[in-house]
Amino acid sequence: MKRASDLHPGEAVFRYVIRAGDYWIDTLRAGQRLRIVDVEGNQAADTLFFNAADVADRYSAVDTIREQGNVYLSTGSKLLSTSGKVLLEIVADTVGRHDTLGGACASESNTVRYDLEKRTMHACRDSYLLAVGQHDTLGLGKRDLTHNINFFMNVPVTPDGGLTFADGLSGPGEYVEMRAAMNVIVLISNCPQLNNPCNAYNPTPLEVLIWDADVL
Amino acid sequence: MSTRISDTYDTVIGGGKHWSLKLRAGTLLRLTDTDGGANVGMMFYNPENTLERYNAPDTLKCQHTFKLTRGHCLYSDMGRIFCSIVADTSGWHDTVCGNSTARMVAERWGERSYQLYRNEWTQNGHDAFLVEAGKYGLGRRDLAANVNWFSKVSAADDGALHFDATHATAGASVDLRFEMDTLVLLHTCPHPLNRATEYPRKPVAIHIGRAQPVAADDFCMNSRPENLRGFANNDLYHLCGGGAERLS
Repeated sequence: MKRASDLHPGEAVFRYVIRAGDYWIDTLRAGQRLRIVDVEGNQAADTLFFNAADVADRYSAVDTIREQGNVYLSTGSKLLSTSGKVLLEIVADTVGRHDTLGGACASESNTVRYDLEKRTMHACRDSYLLAVGQHDTLGLGKRDLTHNINFFMNVPVTPDGGLTFADGLSGPGEYVEMRAAMNVIVLISNCPQLNNPCNAYNPTPLEVLIWDADVL
Repeated sequence: MSTRISDTYDTVIGGGKHWSLKLRAGTLLRLTDTDGGANVGMMFYNPENTLERYNAPDTLKCQHTFKLTRGHCLYSDMGRIFCSIVADTSGWHDTVCGNSTARMVAERWGERSYQLYRNEWTQNGHDAFLVEAGKYGLGRRDLAANVNWFSKVSAADDGALHFDATHATAGASVDLRFEMDTLVLLHTCPHPLNRATEYPRKPVAIHIGRAQPVAADDFCMNSRPENLRGFANNDLYHLCGGGAERLS
């Protein structure tokens, strides 16, 4: 369900542009709001969340979609951890539908999806690995890089069990916003995919904004 | 020198139980829902490097499918194929709904403790996987989206999920041909969307044997161009000494 936010960017305590193909990792405190902006449109924000107090308790796509009874994420979706805790809740969304089935691109899956000789092309899971490698004090590694959310991606499921990759519902300046229900580590790969028409073969920047609970 | 008694093995895993085993490339694993209503949760790892594990999103997007059935291959996160579904009378298996949990089982059917109920206690899929994973040094961080064999969950146009309680019929079977050495964890706990009035304690028959060799016109390998490339990735792995020799 589409819903606009009443928060003003001027009151954000943090603003950061994630360049296409880069990652961003940071910690949100309980009550803070995170907005992800699709600056130029149809760019995938491959996103993972971890309970900051117990990183093994992390975002779980399967628990989230099963408990809400729907495969798509939008306003009102509670993003659940593997133990069933609410990590964050989506409180605003100008797009209306986000994917959490398609996972993150990898150089290895690129070989299968596109061509064996695509094996050295940049991919989200390489960005994830670099992020956890450069921030190894967080105690994260490859086994923690689980199934993510693809904000701004449209991956419709058909009633007969097909999976399609449709043109995006997003556009320039569209955003999704969520409130942290506990302290969470957020890891975003701004998807570098050059082989998929979802982003018109043109990866573009994302912006993230954070508001403190006391300005809400 | 030991003598091989048989090239096949058959057993039955009762409902609400768990097991694990390592299967060599070339093995055929047949699961049969003997009574109807079964659910078999399953996870897959490369025993040489358990960081390589079944990846449901890659499996679905590589084959543009939401369900699993004959012709599909189950992919690892490394672009390789653990196993191919070479036969299937069920037509739809779920891989997006995860597992039942202790809290869910207690709320839905009431907790039946081991102390009071012994082997009739009500185990759950999540904890079953933790037990089997622990036998190989794996834990919470190593669990991922699993397969739920025999369970059909469809999505409507608006994305709403629907569990088909009539889907798992008695006698349904699925044949998995393993394309690389694989560590398999499995449980027979209820599907997390099963709202049967009684805890569904449904057994599954397991047959282990030798698969037919993969022919050039193999249905699974040729069902999509992606799968030809997945098999090529397995070939590279085996060329470079990965895994034991394929059973033949």
